[in-house]
Amino acid sequence: MTEPLLSVENLRTWFHTGDAVAKAVDGVSFSIGSGETLGIVGESGCGKSVTALSILRLVQQPGRIESGSRIMFEGKDLVTLDDAAMRDIRGNRISMIFQEPMSALNPVFTVGDQVAEVARIHGHGSRRDAWNRAVEMLSLTGIPAPEERAKEYPHQLSGGMRQRVLIAMALIMNPALVIADEPTTALDVTIQAQILELLVDLQKRFGTSILMITHDLGVIAETASRVVVMYCGEVVEEAEVDTLFAAAHHPYTEGLMHAMPQLSEPRARLNVIPGSVPAPTDWPSGCRFRDRCPYSWERCEREHPPLYEISPTHTSRCHLAVEPEHRANPHPPLVEQLGVSV
Amino acid sequence: MTGYLLRRIAQAVVVVVLVATIAFFLIHLAPGDPFAAAVENPNVSEGVRAHWRDAYGLDRPLPEQFVRYIASVTKGDLGWSFSLQRPVLDVLADALPHTLLLMSIALTASFALGIFLAITQVMKRGSATDRIISGVSLLFFSTPEFWLALMVIVLLAYRFPVFPIGGMVDPVTHSSLGPVFRIVDVARHTVLPALTLTLLFSAVVARYQRASLLDVLPSEYITTARAKGVPERVIVRRHALRNALLPVITLFGLAFPALLTGAVYVEKVFSWPGMGLVIVNSIDTRDYPLLMAAVIIGSILVTAGSLVADLLYRAFDPRLRHEG
Ligand SMILES: Nc1ncnc2c1ncn2[C@@H]1O[C@H](COP(=O)(O)OP(=O)(O)OP(=O)(O)O)[C@@H](O)[C@H]1O
Ligand code: SF4
Ligand SMILES: [Mg+2]
Repeated sequence: MTEPLLSVENLRTWFHTGDAVAKAVDGVSFSIGSGETLGIVGESGCGKSVTALSILRLVQQPGRIESGSRIMFEGKDLVTLDDAAMRDIRGNRISMIFQEPMSALNPVFTVGDQVAEVARIHGHGSRRDAWNRAVEMLSLTGIPAPEERAKEYPHQLSGGMRQRVLIAMALIMNPALVIADEPTTALDVTIQAQILELLVDLQKRFGTSILMITHDLGVIAETASRVVVMYCGEVVEEAEVDTLFAAAHHPYTEGLMHAMPQLSEPRARLNVIPGSVPAPTDWPSGCRFRDRCPYSWERCEREHPPLYEISPTHTSRCHLAVEPEHRANPHPPLVEQLGVSV
Repeated sequence: MTGYLLRRIAQAVVVVVLVATIAFFLIHLAPGDPFAAAVENPNVSEGVRAHWRDAYGLDRPLPEQFVRYIASVTKGDLGWSFSLQRPVLDVLADALPHTLLLMSIALTASFALGIFLAITQVMKRGSATDRIISGVSLLFFSTPEFWLALMVIVLLAYRFPVFPIGGMVDPVTHSSLGPVFRIVDVARHTVLPALTLTLLFSAVVARYQRASLLDVLPSEYITTARAKGVPERVIVRRHALRNALLPVITLFGLAFPALLTGAVYVEKVFSWPGMGLVIVNSIDTRDYPLLMAAVIIGSILVTAGSLVADLLYRAFDPRLRHEG
């Protein structure tokens, strides 16, 4: 395999609040190749956004990337890079698309100005050039009448249009990597599909790598080739998308699959994983999924599972990899046995 | 926009008329009058007082006095100042420009300095610089006006006599100076009162501006700007400041009336011949016409201040601009 574009190694991002330490991201590793789309999926609070922000080193106090973490990008470790060099990378080599296009845009500047600002910071042309490039990008993202739209303010655009603006902003410098943190969650279903299509289309055009963060396996199916499943600040499974859908190994991934809305099934019968993500200040010992898992046994309580190799392209943080017989007799998960409300 | 302005101005006229009416009755119904023993020389006989009241119409029924007053105001006559024995208009013509000079300098300097300090603090939030500026501004914030004025005099007029101790011009030499030196003379006299007011106001502005910048910085669009590679100094000055100006604009609207009503204690300590003193005097002497003029000017400025703040909101926040 060739050198990956980005490789995150043992990333730990902890929030030091008072006497508690929230280990939001706790030893995450993955890598993305050139032109590849890697999906990260997991429930709310499992550390997806903090992982994304860590890559651009945008985690604010009291959050801190702990020593021992490495984020290798184009031969540089972003964790230790000096601030000026880091700023050169942001928006230029690595850019980000956020979930909520309204709050991600500054209400007091025109959208054209906000897109052009990226080019002004990183480009060498004049203000005029930057503006023209911004208009061109807005047009590429499918915004009709981009020249007029560029002069409008965020509140004058629809949600879908705003997200296109954010995409234009992210792609204007033709970055090597775009991190899309739930880029469609805030949008209507029909608009969601359009935006995903646009992203995939632009990716092919520019050869950009995408880190697609979502809690929706459907989005992964449509965009990614490989997927990392996160739970409690850790990677619990990594596989090719096809493998994951055909033969997910980790019980948490299985749970996510069951929770996926099926077109054939009425929405009311949506299965959710019982229980909820524990607090990041207090991860359970042993397997962090233990209380919610239908297969757990004594070893799961005693021993924190490592990432077992299922196949050369498939890993899973579950003891079932070495003791598969426990899958044969599922039981109600502990949270249900204890009568904890779901 | 024109419709909005006309609507606002119409509202302002209604407010000013209402305030003037209420003030007229309150002032006249308050105990005492310009010729009461507590105000005038107590040795003047009651007969003479009655004569004066008759001469100025103060013994007529209040509604009649009110109608006469309104009639004369609409004709542009603000009446006669009992205490200064001059037309009210003449008194204002003298005092208003003095106040406007001092206050426009003080307010401009205060807002510029206050916003600058807040930006400096927020750029280095949590640092010693931030804490020192916060400490010093809290000190000025809680210092009584007259005390600060006295300290400024002690330091810069007495201990190190760099600037004149008070007044607006040098009483001895001013009239013999050439035009340029007259301006220099006034400027020298303006420094200390303007400095005192700036120290007081800029502390308030800095505290407001710092708090509102810190409110804005956790916003998602600030993270977006950082993700674009925008340097922190531009983040604060451009992306955050534009959004954080609203509370400071409100403050500006509230401070606006001071442009013409002045600052009583500072004017008093520095013997600055401005509106603050005129207003206090007119209250002490129950100088009805002068006091009414001050009330009217004050209420016009209050409504103007709120209009100015509104227009500034619109200038800085496009979301308000697009509301009808
Ligand atoms: N500023 C902060 N201070 C303390 N804890 C934080 C802070 N920001 C995030 N966290 C913690 O980090 C954990 C992970 O948060 P993160 O935003 O990465 O979740 P997520 O997977 O993106 O979820 P979502 O789907 O809701 O976006 C959360 O449990 C949260 O409590
Ligand atoms: S290690 Fe045990 S508890 Fe954890 S997911 Fe696997 S079976 Fe379930
Ligand atoms: Mg998130």
